[in-house]
Amino acid sequence: MFSLLINSASAAKWLPAPATKLAEEVDQLIYFLVEISVLSSLLVIGGFVYFSIRFRRKSEKDKPPAITHNYLLEFLWSFIPFLIFMFVFGWGWLLYDKMRDHPKEALEIHVYGQMWNWDFVYKNGKKSSGILTVPVNKPVKLIMSSRDVIHSFFIPSFRIKQDVLPGSYTALSFTASKKGKFPVFCTELCGAGHSSMLATVHVMELEEWEKWLAKNPYKGMSLAQIGGSVFQKSCTACHTVTTEKRIGPGLAGLFGTKREFEKGEAKVADENYIRESILNPSTRIVKGYGNLMTPFAGLLTEEEMTGLVEYIKSLNSSP
Amino acid sequence: MTTTEAKIHKVAHHFESARQEESACKLGMWLFLCTEILMFGGLFVGYVIYKRMYPAIFLQGATFLDWKLGALNTVVLLVSSLTMALSIYYIQKGKNNKAILCLCLTLLCGFIFMGVKYLEYSHKLHLGLAPGALFSYTETPTLEGLPLYFSFYYCMTGLHGLHVLVGMLLIFWMIILAGKKQFNTSYYTPLECVGLFWHLVDLIWIYLFPLLYLVE
Amino acid sequence: MSEGKNYLNEKKGLSSWLFTLDHKRIGILYMITVFTFFLLGGVFALLMRLELFKPGENLISAALYNQFMTFHGAIMVFMVIIPGIPAFLGNFFLPLQIGAKDVAFPRINLLSWYCLIVGAAVALCSLFFNGVDTGWTFYTPYSIRTDNGTLWVVLGAFIMGFSSILTGLNFIVTVHKLRAKGMGFFQMPLFVWSLYSTAIIQVLATPVLAITLLLLSAERLMGIGIFDPKLGGDPVLFQHFFWFYSHPAVYIMILPAMGIISELITTFSRKTIFGYKAIAFSSVGIAAVSFFVWGHHMFVSGQSEWVGILFSFITMLVGVPTAIKVFNWVATMYKGSIKFDAPMLYANGFLFLFVIGGVTGIMLATLAFDVHVHDTYFVVAHFHYVMVGGTLMAITGGLYYWLPKMFGRMYNEFWARISFAFIFIGFNVTFFPQFILGFMGMPRRYHDYTPVYEPLNQLSTAGSWMIGVGFVIVFFVVLQALLKGEKANSNPWGAVTLEWQTDSPPPHENFHEAPMITKGPYDYN
Repeated sequence: MFSLLINSASAAKWLPAPATKLAEEVDQLIYFLVEISVLSSLLVIGGFVYFSIRFRRKSEKDKPPAITHNYLLEFLWSFIPFLIFMFVFGWGWLLYDKMRDHPKEALEIHVYGQMWNWDFVYKNGKKSSGILTVPVNKPVKLIMSSRDVIHSFFIPSFRIKQDVLPGSYTALSFTASKKGKFPVFCTELCGAGHSSMLATVHVMELEEWEKWLAKNPYKGMSLAQIGGSVFQKSCTACHTVTTEKRIGPGLAGLFGTKREFEKGEAKVADENYIRESILNPSTRIVKGYGNLMTPFAGLLTEEEMTGLVEYIKSLNSSP
Repeated sequence: MTTTEAKIHKVAHHFESARQEESACKLGMWLFLCTEILMFGGLFVGYVIYKRMYPAIFLQGATFLDWKLGALNTVVLLVSSLTMALSIYYIQKGKNNKAILCLCLTLLCGFIFMGVKYLEYSHKLHLGLAPGALFSYTETPTLEGLPLYFSFYYCMTGLHGLHVLVGMLLIFWMIILAGKKQFNTSYYTPLECVGLFWHLVDLIWIYLFPLLYLVE
Repeated sequence: MSEGKNYLNEKKGLSSWLFTLDHKRIGILYMITVFTFFLLGGVFALLMRLELFKPGENLISAALYNQFMTFHGAIMVFMVIIPGIPAFLGNFFLPLQIGAKDVAFPRINLLSWYCLIVGAAVALCSLFFNGVDTGWTFYTPYSIRTDNGTLWVVLGAFIMGFSSILTGLNFIVTVHKLRAKGMGFFQMPLFVWSLYSTAIIQVLATPVLAITLLLLSAERLMGIGIFDPKLGGDPVLFQHFFWFYSHPAVYIMILPAMGIISELITTFSRKTIFGYKAIAFSSVGIAAVSFFVWGHHMFVSGQSEWVGILFSFITMLVGVPTAIKVFNWVATMYKGSIKFDAPMLYANGFLFLFVIGGVTGIMLATLAFDVHVHDTYFVVAHFHYVMVGGTLMAITGGLYYWLPKMFGRMYNEFWARISFAFIFIGFNVTFFPQFILGFMGMPRRYHDYTPVYEPLNQLSTAGSWMIGVGFVIVFFVVLQALLKGEKANSNPWGAVTLEWQTDSPPPHENFHEAPMITKGPYDYN
């Protein structure tokens, strides 16, 4: 019993703190599974370790008895595991059903996955990248689709996960019960930037959330600041603001330099070049880089586009 | 011509008797046919799923196929199956020359089938009725998903056509063996196995024809 | 032991090996092949673990990491574990254990080895075309979009599939038609039963992989659109097709390992197997049910809820025959006369690790639990416990067990035990922390991670070095045995199955006179 206590305690220690009611229920199932697994493993492992010591070969003349079968025993060790399996199957089903329950009154938010960031679009048309903002204690339904390959939207603290497909919608529902910021991972291999395809769920009070929703995010910002905020949310998986090369080039000092392309031509990086390489990156690929970037045509407002150009220009002046 | 020592089939060293060898070969062949059915099965399952998803494009797609040519090919393959079976029958009766004649007829049917297939393919490709992304037909308005129908058409008939070609090669090989008088009334296992393969290829076409040409 | 001609010295020269039709020599060819690829796949694994020692980019870029991960997976699955037991140990010992002179179709047997070699060569050609970064699962539409040598690996896997089909076909016919006089199905050793069940899966599941990979190739070559949402296709259909093969394939990897364990435990307990029929039927049962559980790889893929529930239920059912096997093995040891030579150590190691792999499998089959740990390190740990802790332990144990029979020489017992200690401890140090990483939510196939995951990743990396050392020792133990090993007699373990009743190494046609079977396979009295 003692070891069981330690064990469920340690499972609780390792799991990220649950931030929805459902996550707490899932945790009960996880603890139970860990306990029963540890117990049954100990039983079997203990059994054969004990037999190994107790029945080790004492002399070459040992004559072990020929025990070929025992129907009662065999029935028991088939039937008892079966009962346990059915029990956890039922429990798992019950909670899975709750996860798949999408309440009608839920607040709907559209989620778009693309290599390698997440965009969120709210009912009033407001967009945000990299940060999903939701009110606490209110059911939320995410309606998700992908702009390129399959991704998967995983919020460890909520214990939920759903693949995000191109060409069709999938959904994920939750009711956050705690305020705070929770990490989101992509859990379907989607290319070089897979492990940098991160986002945050920001859970806040309803009033605060409504204020946030109504606010123009760029109010009072300079163009370069607008660009900087877009950059932070959409570009950091592949680009740095130093000269360090990641999946794409580092952007410091890039503006105004001569870029040599795969096809042999070269061009000075001016405003039009920056614009083209963000909106339609496959037009000109710089030597040494793959054709990996998602085209941003249609995903940025004119203000954001210009902001990005100004932001990249501003990286030249700051040391 | 008398049979000399060299022409009598020798049972492989690890078999005890000719009967054991024959039954082993046949079991192996049947298992191989199972794998073929499962391989085509994947395509059939895909077909069923997409047909349910987009019934309209399958309906429209079939109108681009000439059911008369399909029916002709069906008849040709059925006849070839008959001649294939007859060749085994004649070997069993010890009539080697008649068996060779039947095999040649089977091979001829194979050529006719592939010839018709070639006409169908070249006509469609000429019109731009190509699979998926290569589709470029513009003469009449078509449904948006139509290229998908042609993807199935080319994949299914293409894989089948490949099997017909392999079958023809095998039949050609059987003609050579029969010409060398390798078969007799008690030993004709290779011929029987090739026969089984050819019947399977025929059978698959029997399913392909209505699925692709006669969509309702 | 009689001196003289055996399958090793009967003919000489490279061509006598490359064109051999003897199942024993073909088995040895497979052994060399599998060893080589294992080394290659292992190096990729060690490099990946090294990269994961610290967060951030340390050694290799994200793009290169994805390639290493793909090569590690593809090599280990298609070139090591799938051919590992059936084509290497199975090829060598299936005919011996049923008293046959060879497999039913020796030429096809050789052809299947060439299929593996050619397929592997084609797959490795991708290295000259920017490699592959799709993971061994080739999920669409990423595998259609990514700009590199994916086609080569897909075609290579297609060709290697034929190797697997032909081996399976050969085994089924051999078991049906070539058993020695007096050997009914229930006098067959359990290793043969497990190979037979495996062969059924190989023959019935692999063709579906073949068509899936063909369609994927057509997709890349011509854009047929069946799996491409841009053209109206359904990318999730690919996953259904892929797992329809690849889940049964998991049992291609583990069933024969279970067969080896049945052999090892009876021999080293010197006691007849407990519940022979239960073990035999559970192999066939697992093979049958394995065709209907593929959807448990797709609980969060967007398939309908009821489909998920059904697959969860059927997956639970696979747990029952698996549990039966484990309990029967333990019961066999009861009142036995147990000797801990290296093969038995490996068999016990298998039991230990496989039990953990098994219970975590049941955990994963539980729907709501899976949703949290799906595609996290928990899954990585689970399948390594089964595939490495299970299958590789069994191969290594089986290798030590049958080495005297294959080459007529004994290995060094001391170093064999040391190798076990390194592999067993190293394995747990590497993969146990990954269960916890999974609970914490660390996704798999990640090149970089947040610092909370760092300590456990470092532990895991350290463990991987121990496993590496362990297998290097295995390699040298085998080499030493081949070159300088003591001569082995025909039955060093006192085992009772048929292969021990002929010379070590066996003569070309296996037995000097055709064996007659009069008693059960594990009759020690």
